Amino acid sequence: MGVTVKVVRRRELTFWEKLYVPQIVCGLKITFTHFFRNLFVHMAHQFGRLKNRSAAATIQFPEEMRPLMSRYRSRHRLTLREDHTPRCVGCMLCETVCPAKCITIVPGEHPDPNVEKYPVRFDIDLGVCVYCGYCVEVCPEDAIRMDTGILDVAAYSREAMRLDIHELMNPAMRKPIRECNLTFPHKCQLSGGQMKGSWDGIARHAVPH
Amino acid sequence: MMEVLIIKTVLAGIVFFAALNLAGFHTWVERKQSALIQDRIGANRAEIFGFRFLGMFHGMADVLKMFTKEDIVPAGADRALHTLAPFFSVFFALVTFAGIPFGDRLIIGDRVIELQVAHIDAALLYIFAMLSLGVYGVILAGFASRNNYALLGGLRATAQMISYEIALGIALLGVIMVYGTIDLAEIVRAQGRMIGGWLPMWGILTQPVAFFVFVTAALAETKRVPFDLPEGESEIIGYFVEYSGMKFGMFFLTDFLETIVVASLATTLFFGGWQVPWLMPDGFHFPWGTVVLLPNLVYVLLGVASFSIKGLIFCFVFMQVRWTLPRFRYDQLMNLGWKGLFPISVVNIVVTAVVLALLRGAR
Repeated sequence: MGVTVKVVRRRELTFWEKLYVPQIVCGLKITFTHFFRNLFVHMAHQFGRLKNRSAAATIQFPEEMRPLMSRYRSRHRLTLREDHTPRCVGCMLCETVCPAKCITIVPGEHPDPNVEKYPVRFDIDLGVCVYCGYCVEVCPEDAIRMDTGILDVAAYSREAMRLDIHELMNPAMRKPIRECNLTFPHKCQLSGGQMKGSWDGIARHAVPH
Repeated sequence: MMEVLIIKTVLAGIVFFAALNLAGFHTWVERKQSALIQDRIGANRAEIFGFRFLGMFHGMADVLKMFTKEDIVPAGADRALHTLAPFFSVFFALVTFAGIPFGDRLIIGDRVIELQVAHIDAALLYIFAMLSLGVYGVILAGFASRNNYALLGGLRATAQMISYEIALGIALLGVIMVYGTIDLAEIVRAQGRMIGGWLPMWGILTQPVAFFVFVTAALAETKRVPFDLPEGESEIIGYFVEYSGMKFGMFFLTDFLETIVVASLATTLFFGGWQVPWLMPDGFHFPWGTVVLLPNLVYVLLGVASFSIKGLIFCFVFMQVRWTLPRFRYDQLMNLGWKGLFPISVVNIVVTAVVLALLRGAR
């Protein structure tokens, strides 16, 4: 077994390079080019010109977002049926597959005989979630997705990191949730445990007389 | 007597105001210039009542932060020296400005005011004495912190100072020989003379080699990149490891003040100080014969403006060099100092002496 050895010789500096000064001038040429080009483009931006050229690679985060890939896994959401009830049928597959055990589902019986169950509670603890996306892959109903594009999940308490079903169904909604206007019956703990919505529409629509 | 005191106080006030504000302004320049060089935007979030002014307020925010931070003196440190060191640094950087002439004689009534805080006839020696004393602050900081890394930083500063002060001093000998004086005001005045009637006799033309040696050694004097071995954030953090709050801020301020001192010195010695080409004390005398007469006040103000602009350009160039070059290795630094700059400046003196002797012999 012959080991092939490649000898890498350090290149000796030429006299020109050893002089320091010419090389320093070359370096200064680069930095000056960048400096004046960017200064010019910044000034042009101030006057509304050259908007197609950017003077800095910076993305000013809270105001500007970096474009996301379509398969990027961001904050979860629960998809909805046409009548704005959750598509979830409470099959518990996602809760079972979740490696971080951050999903808590309490299923209840759905009034529509064609639909077996619905989630009375569906909580995801984002403080625990590892964003693996298994819940999305395992779901047979396409009821949970990670495509909201929300990256800046932050809260002052662990409790506030727990998303309940309201926030999951409406990605625009953030805690504290003042009003609960779900169109399906759900025991909303945030509105004093009162039942919101009604069975009537769903039952009438789903069950033929 | 009283009048002299008032005049000197006002002059000192103007110079301190300009120097300290410019040093504060340098923090902004450093942030923004490096950002532009590196295709970034730079700090731009600090705001007062919704006004951001391109991040100008970050300097103020920094100072407020430093003043309100806890001031820690390490348990093993020499309390008195540890506290004294930053004051030493800033003090010697600030007094240096006293020797720099920033304008020609201002005539108010029958009183002639030299626009130089301390009119010393050995201003050049004074400035270099003060600049060299400034290194004591660094050495004390390294020594009094009772921290090996700080001590290393202090030692490096000492070694660096010794190897560069010599080259610096010898390079300037050439300038002194050409103009025949160590009074900075006189050196600047001598640079107003014309070669062949149209080319101002600035130091850069008479002593180009000395200028390069001076700039290199002066950059080393300011302890900024590429000669920031005493600091060396990535290896030893440097002589101010054990400093916090405004004491650290004072070391930082010293760096900027020294940059400004060195920029003013380069202007004074090599770019004609407050000289404007073809501007004589009574007005412009253009080489093609046009004469524009100006009052004394306008003439002096033009000189001050000329000095400021040249100084600012030097600050800008030094900043650009600081963001272009990486840090020298310690042995490279010593090589450059002792085997590069030192012989070059000695040869420069010999050549200058021979040329001067030939010119004077011909006269």
